[in-house]
Amino acid sequence: MNGTEVKASVAPGVRLGPMSFVWRPWLVLVTLLLTAATFLLFCLSISIGDFPISLSRVIATILGRGEQVDEFVVMDLRMPRALAGVVVGIALGVSGAILQSVARNPLASPDILGITGGASAVAVFLVTVSGGTTAAVVSTVGLSAAALAGGLGTGLLVYFLAWRRGVDGFRLILIGISVSAVMQAITTWLLVSADIKDVARAQAWLVGSLDDRSWDEVRLASWCTLVLCVVVAVVAFQFKPMHLGDEVAAGLGVRYSRVRAVLLLCAVLLAAAAVSAAGPVPFVALVAPQVAMRVARCPTPPMVVSGLVGALLLIGSDLVARTALPISLPVGVVTAAIGGPFLVYLLVRANLK
Amino acid sequence: MDAQFITEIESEATSEAQSEAGTKTVTQSALKGASRLAARDITVGYGGQTVIDGLDVTIPPGVITTIIGPNGCGKSTLLRTLTRLLKPAKGTVLLDGDDIARLKTRDVAKKLGLLPQAPVAPEGLTVADLVARGRHPHQSWLRQWSSDDAGIVADALAMTGVSELAQRPVDSLSGGQRQRVWISMTLAQGTDLLLLDEPTTYLDLAHAIDVLDLVDDLHEGGCTVVMVLHDLNLATRYSDNLIVMRAGSILAQGSPRDVITAELLHEAFGLQAKVIDDPVGDRPLIVPIGRTHVRLDL
Repeated sequence: MNGTEVKASVAPGVRLGPMSFVWRPWLVLVTLLLTAATFLLFCLSISIGDFPISLSRVIATILGRGEQVDEFVVMDLRMPRALAGVVVGIALGVSGAILQSVARNPLASPDILGITGGASAVAVFLVTVSGGTTAAVVSTVGLSAAALAGGLGTGLLVYFLAWRRGVDGFRLILIGISVSAVMQAITTWLLVSADIKDVARAQAWLVGSLDDRSWDEVRLASWCTLVLCVVVAVVAFQFKPMHLGDEVAAGLGVRYSRVRAVLLLCAVLLAAAAVSAAGPVPFVALVAPQVAMRVARCPTPPMVVSGLVGALLLIGSDLVARTALPISLPVGVVTAAIGGPFLVYLLVRANLK
Repeated sequence: MDAQFITEIESEATSEAQSEAGTKTVTQSALKGASRLAARDITVGYGGQTVIDGLDVTIPPGVITTIIGPNGCGKSTLLRTLTRLLKPAKGTVLLDGDDIARLKTRDVAKKLGLLPQAPVAPEGLTVADLVARGRHPHQSWLRQWSSDDAGIVADALAMTGVSELAQRPVDSLSGGQRQRVWISMTLAQGTDLLLLDEPTTYLDLAHAIDVLDLVDDLHEGGCTVVMVLHDLNLATRYSDNLIVMRAGSILAQGSPRDVITAELLHEAFGLQAKVIDDPVGDRPLIVPIGRTHVRLDL
C-alpha cells in the first residue's frame, strides 16, 4: 500500500494491487474501531447470562479452541442471539443509510416508510388469524418468511404509489407514512379481534426482541443480509454521483433510475430480513446512519459505518435491556427510548433551518 | 479545431477592423464545419404535451452557442434533449455523428459535460470532493481514484479559481463561488463539449459576468459551449452563435450581429426595443422600451 503525492488541496489516492481508491485515514480508523467494538460487545453478549463465561473463554470457543462444556452454551444457546443482534443491526443500519441517501432526507427509514409496519401486519395476521389451525405452517421459520414477504410487498407498494416519472424523496416519505398508518391500523384490528393467547404471542413479537432466537431464524437473516450487502457494495460505486441529484448523475454517465431501483429493493429486503429475525426493532435504521455521518464526518450516510453503528447500537441496547433492570426487557424498548428523543432532535434541527 | 483557434487568436492580433472581419469568417467556417452535436427532426414533450415539434438544429464546434427565447418556449427542453436527459418521442440527437440514444451513457459522459439548472450539493460536502465526482465516467469499481484523477481535479480547481476553497463545504460559499465549483466539476469530467442550463440563475450581475467570463475562458481553451440564458444582453455579449426560440421552434440562428434586430425581438418576445451598438463591445445592445419612463420622442 503506497500513498501517491499530489497537490495539497485534493485527496490522495491509494493503490492496492489492481484497486485504487481515495485515502481517507479517518474513515478507515473509524471502521476498524467500530468493528473491534462490535466484536467486543458480541463476545460480551455471549459471556453474560445465568451461567457467566469469561471473555477469554468465549473467544477461545468461537475460535474453536474452547472446552466441551462451553461449546454447547456458547455455540448453541447464546451465539444465535448475539449473531442476530449483529446481523439485524447491520441490516437495519445499511437499509437506513440507503433510504436516507436515496430520499436525500434524514427522516427516511424502514419504520417511517412502512416496511417494518407491513412485515409486522403480515406476521400478526399469520399468528392470529391462521392461529392454531395451521400451527404446523406457522413454525418460526414460516413466520420469518411471512414477515419478509410482508415487508417486501409493502416496500414495493410504497415505491409504486410514490412513482410519478421518477421517485422523489419527499413523496416517498409521505406515501410511506400513510401506508405505514394503514398497516398499523390492520395490525391493531387483528389484535383486537384475535384470541387472547395469540395476542400475547403477537405482542411479544411486535416489540422487537432478540430473546430465544434459534439458528434457523438467524441463518435465514444472515444469508439474506450477506448477499444483499455484497449487492449494495457493488452498486454503491454507481450511486456516489447520485448524492448530487439525478440530473448531475445522469450527466456523469449514471443510469440513475436503475441504480436507485436496485438499491431501494436491497434496502427493503434488508429491513424485511431484519424484521423477520427480530421483529420490528424501532429506530435503529433511523438513528444509525445519522450517528455514522457524524462519527465518520461524512456529508452523506456512509454505508459500512452505518451498518457497524447499527450493529453496535442493537447489540449494546440488548445488553442494556438484559442487565440494567432486574427484569429483562425486549431490545425494542431500549432502542425506542434512545431513538424517540433522537427523532425529536432531527425534527427540531430540520425546523431550525 | 485547434487550427481554428490559432486563426481566431491571430486575427485578434491584427487591426480592429480586420479582426472583426477575421472572427466573422472563422465563425462562418465553424458553422459549416462538422458538428459535434445536432438534433434531427426531434419531437419532445412531457406527459402527452408536446413542447418541441419536428425541430432541427446543429451546434457549431468551437464556439459559444446560446439558446434564448421567452419563458416556456422550450429552450431548456431543447438543451435537456441535447444532453439525453430527455428522450425525444421522435427524431434523433447526434453526438459526433452517432445517435446519442444508442451510445452508452458512460461513453456520452466522456464526451459531453452537463450542468443542470441550480444543482444542490449535500450539506457539508467539500469543494474538492464535489469536483472529484466529475471523474466518475473515467473510473470503475476497482479503479475508484488514481493520481491522474487527482491531477485533473487540481487543474479543474485552479482553472476556475477555486483552489483556495478546496476544503470548504460547498454550502458555505457565495452563489457565484458555488457556480464556479459546479463548472469546475464539469471540467474535471474532461470533455470539450459543455452544456450549461442557465448558469447565471440566482446570481447578481457582477457574479453573472464573472461566471460568463469563466465560460469564455473555457471556450478560448478549446471547448464547445451550449447554454441557455435569460438575459438577452449577456447572451448577445458572450455568444458567437445565438439560437432564438419561440413556441417550440427555432425562429433564427446565427451571430448576434445578424440575429438581434428590433423586429426579431418583437416577433420572439413581443418586446418593443431599440438595438444599438454596444458602447463597450463589438456586439449589439438591446435597450427595452416599456410603457413608462421612456422619452416621448421615441
